[in-house]
Amino acid sequence: MADEPTADATVDRGPVTTLATPISLDFDFTPGVAQSKFLRGLERGEFLGQRCGTCGKVYVPSRGTCPTDGVPTTDDVVLGNAGTVTTYCVVNVPFAGQSIEIPYICAQILLDGANLSFMGLLQEIPTDQIRMGMRVEAVWVDEADLIPSLASVKYFRPNGEPDADYDTYKEYL
Amino acid sequence: MAESEVLHAQHRLEYPYARSTGPIIGAFLTALREGRFIGATGTGGRVIVPPTEYDPITGDDVGELVDVGPGGVIDSWAWVSHPLRKHPLQTPFAWALITLDGADTGMLHAVEATGPEALATGARVTAKFRAEADRIGSMADIEAFVLEGGAS
Repeated sequence: MADEPTADATVDRGPVTTLATPISLDFDFTPGVAQSKFLRGLERGEFLGQRCGTCGKVYVPSRGTCPTDGVPTTDDVVLGNAGTVTTYCVVNVPFAGQSIEIPYICAQILLDGANLSFMGLLQEIPTDQIRMGMRVEAVWVDEADLIPSLASVKYFRPNGEPDADYDTYKEYL
Repeated sequence: MAESEVLHAQHRLEYPYARSTGPIIGAFLTALREGRFIGATGTGGRVIVPPTEYDPITGDDVGELVDVGPGGVIDSWAWVSHPLRKHPLQTPFAWALITLDGADTGMLHAVEATGPEALATGARVTAKFRAEADRIGSMADIEAFVLEGGAS
């Protein structure tokens, strides 16, 4: 009841036809040990992954275990800024709470040396020129603005390298 | 990694629903905004408050909307010793089913009182509305019910 909007008594008010009934849930979220390390890495301006000691795959972000082998991933790996677009989506549809001007590109990005892709915003390229295999690099916020959040990565942009061969990322689609 | 390095963050998940009230509940909320109560006449003349669009027992459409309250009687109640953030009152209070004068059903709302010893089933209460400028057409337009005669 405390969250209701306040009345404006200066306008002539017709019959009540709608009722604002916001439903909200406040909670204390913890990403856990493994993802806290990843987020602390972002705060230093680096992508921190973890390698499975059994299969050798590198997960970024790591959940702390290898989903294939079921063993803890204890070997930290710092990855570089460059990666490959494995697949992408051009967003043309506005929605509530949207913070980026449409159209924009959401891309799955496989960092070099990683065996897991994650979603990132792609900028500095017209949306009709995006393609699978495009080589990209992370653009970080200024050092003073780094925080333990993916918001520390402003976006990815093409890095000018030739497109990656399909065979190098076909396992990650 | 030390336990203290594990991150925590406060999150809020919120859905900003706006519901359509329909003609009957809309009329009830409009009346609340005007600082008064109405009920709907159901089958056999039973007065339902808050009003529904149909009689909940027979399923018949309701008839005339009639004025009820603002006084009424506590049918049953439960004391809240530790109010939560979203409760209508931030000091201890009672949730009560209140049958308003002229009504035949109980309506749930908060009752302000000094303590549970001040309340009883059958006690008379009356609505304390918010100031007109603060009323928006909501159950929250009633700040609370208080014991009649100011004996709270």
